[in-house]
Amino acid sequence: MPKAIEIEVNGKRYAVHYDPETPLLYVLRDEFGLTGSKYGCGEGQCGACTVLLGGAPRRSCQIPVSAAVGKPVTTIEGLEKDGRLHPVQQAFLDAGAFQCAYCTPGMIMSSVGLLESNADPSSAEIIQSLQGNICRCGTQPRIVDAVHQAAKMMQGRG
Amino acid sequence: MMSSQRENFLLEPERYEFASGPIHHFDLARREFFKILGAGIAVFAITKNTQAQETAPSRGFHAQELPQEISAWLHIGEDGAVTAFSGKAEMGQNIRTSMAQSVADELRVPFESVRMVMGDTALTPFDAGTFGSRTTPTMTPQLRRVACAARDLLVDIAAKEWKVAPEGLQAAGGKVTDPASGRFLTYAALAHGRTLAQNLPAEDPVTPPPDWIIAGQPVPKVDARDFVTGRHQYTPDLRPEGMLYGKILRPPSFGATITSYDDSAAKAISGVFVVRDGDFVGAAAPTEREARNALAAVHAQWKEKLQVSSREIFSYLKSHAEPKVDDRHRNQRGSVEDALTGAAHRLDASYTVAYIAHAPLEPRAAVAEWSGDKLTVQTGSQRPFGVRGELADIFHIPEGNVRVIIPDTGSAYGGKHTGDAAIEAARLARAAGRPVKVVWTREEEFTWAYFRPAGVIEVRSATASDGKLVAWDFHNYHSGSSGIETPYAVPNMRTQYHSVPLVLRSGSYRGLAATANHFARETHMDALAHGAKLDPLEFRLKNLEDVRLRSVLEAAAKKFAWPRASKEGQGFGIAAGNEKGSYVATCAEIAVDKNSGAVRVLRLVTAFECGAIVNPDGLRNQVVGANIQGLGGALFEAIEFENGRITNPRFSRYRVPRFRDIPEIDAILLDRKDLAPAGAGETPIMAVAPAIGSAIFNATGTRLNALPLVPSGLKKT
Repeated sequence: MPKAIEIEVNGKRYAVHYDPETPLLYVLRDEFGLTGSKYGCGEGQCGACTVLLGGAPRRSCQIPVSAAVGKPVTTIEGLEKDGRLHPVQQAFLDAGAFQCAYCTPGMIMSSVGLLESNADPSSAEIIQSLQGNICRCGTQPRIVDAVHQAAKMMQGRG
Repeated sequence: MMSSQRENFLLEPERYEFASGPIHHFDLARREFFKILGAGIAVFAITKNTQAQETAPSRGFHAQELPQEISAWLHIGEDGAVTAFSGKAEMGQNIRTSMAQSVADELRVPFESVRMVMGDTALTPFDAGTFGSRTTPTMTPQLRRVACAARDLLVDIAAKEWKVAPEGLQAAGGKVTDPASGRFLTYAALAHGRTLAQNLPAEDPVTPPPDWIIAGQPVPKVDARDFVTGRHQYTPDLRPEGMLYGKILRPPSFGATITSYDDSAAKAISGVFVVRDGDFVGAAAPTEREARNALAAVHAQWKEKLQVSSREIFSYLKSHAEPKVDDRHRNQRGSVEDALTGAAHRLDASYTVAYIAHAPLEPRAAVAEWSGDKLTVQTGSQRPFGVRGELADIFHIPEGNVRVIIPDTGSAYGGKHTGDAAIEAARLARAAGRPVKVVWTREEEFTWAYFRPAGVIEVRSATASDGKLVAWDFHNYHSGSSGIETPYAVPNMRTQYHSVPLVLRSGSYRGLAATANHFARETHMDALAHGAKLDPLEFRLKNLEDVRLRSVLEAAAKKFAWPRASKEGQGFGIAAGNEKGSYVATCAEIAVDKNSGAVRVLRLVTAFECGAIVNPDGLRNQVVGANIQGLGGALFEAIEFENGRITNPRFSRYRVPRFRDIPEIDAILLDRKDLAPAGAGETPIMAVAPAIGSAIFNATGTRLNALPLVPSGLKKT
């Protein structure tokens, strides 16, 4: 067994006993039980596994857990604070921006990442930054609307 | 007045799938029922078999699986909580919400007090499966009838309590009221202290759509908060205590068999279980990585066989049709040959449709656990009872020993009828003596699931000089018979489905072959209109008597401002059809880049009518979603295969619609409260491809007769 490394997820420190080369997604899901981040393709093509790594959206199936040492990880489970949804979660809820909702955690994390760097994105910018997230149910128009709504809420306009 | 007219259509036989035997179990003893749910009132509705008249017994094995007399039940607890039970599965189509709306409506209780228990073979009534757009037209009325029977029972209890006639009492707002005296009893009070189970004949009447209060409203998805917080557990998220991860050794190609095998190195790894059973080889281990490593240590050699490849598939299908034509798949009137000979304008054409994959974002997955000879499996599937049958068959145990539970699933689109992952997980769990989870990789999902079948469609047709259709001869090879009948008025016609032995494992897909048949028919209608120098909408209306189909065509055209003159590089197309009791018309606007040949869909306007609308918000999601899914199959989705191998089994090589592909979409929902509700999950996909294809013709003069239309853009000439 390799020597345990430590990473920080949703403000909490975890010892990692899996091989440090294991993709972060499997450590989150299988070792820590944080199953909100989803497996969809394993090749960084669908975005269902998106988490924030040091504040930036990343495909957790494509990065080794060792890359998270010293960089805080935020998953979908870490967005809700004291029973209050993050504005992006609330906006998805309000817009009904899901059907089967399997892609939803990844969509939300990608959107949170976008709004961290661009507080008031245009539709074209939202589409650009969600291009790597697949929704097979075809809920994309509502997702774009939800991100706009979240931007308004976060700026106190909504 | 509610229309009593029932759509007279047949479910397409699911002829590609594994048949499972008849299932006639009523698992839950009444005592058990109350033990699980607590005291109160349980109503078991004995309904007439509403499917019998819709499904000819000779058509396919699902006929053997039709619901038994008891099709739905519900329980009212001592706290007034209502739990309704249905064997249907939720996979994003939002029926957990729409069914609860109908129960609340009929029982006269607030929506929040109703909970649905779904897709659990130990708790829910037998159900053939969640497919064929049947939930809304058949399951929902059954739930309404059981709720109606329960309401009558509550009124009777109150009447006895007060020693008055039940006829004068009113049930509303979760209580029974005596208007004469003003006294009331809540449902909770009426259920208190009872363990009353009643089988009640649950017949009409149910509340007609104009009188609905909760149904018909845009009620948000039940448990939506669990989905935006990541709290909802799909099958791949389950982690029972002591669980192992299972992986399967896949053959190098379809149908390959093992010729030599050595797993001694794999078996030497501690904590790993390796199983070989015939050509099935799998491993279970404490982590997925260890299971994968164990399989990597297995030495197996396989014997492969030569197989058909995608580049030759269409000529293969055409030349391998079963010589004996099945009369059940033929419809005929007048004399096609005579009409073709004498007509003013003649048009023959051939169309092809590629294999496509469902690619649900949640791959097939299952968690299986044995307790002695009893098996419990949680899995994402559309057919809990069908999967139970498969498991019972393969493990040679009674169906009563198998419990299948369906967690709300990350989509299916017709792709999750079978229990493949369930069987694999159960086989490994039996060897390991512990729970085992199997989650397919994306590559496995693209390879070892099943596909929407490819097909060839040949059409011969003729119009008279006035633009009226006079002859229509339509032959579908392999892709299927759904939506094969033309809705247009034509005196001489023949439609025929020709079956071909399977090349790739094939099965249901949203809309089945209706998409292929509508692509061919509506593309052909567009070409006929062009030949007759008539506007495509005008030509259709000239040949169309069906008022509901005319209505959706006119609604879509009006919103789209049809007819429109196109500028260079711009094109407009229109298409329509009806299937499974609902009606759709789509207008498309496309743009072609003159230099690159890239085709971009700019706008879709889809008018849809499915009788009375149960949940307009959920319906809009389904209609827009079906349009977007249809866009993929229309423009670029195609499974490529060579000699028993899928050669594009990844999202990086199999293109699905992404954000940049999404046009502006207008969904016009026609609410017909005078008609019984039909299902809506499938039909809105059908008109997208022919509308886009005709728009491309409108822009370029190039008629594309193959789906996908432009996998790599329009070829430059």
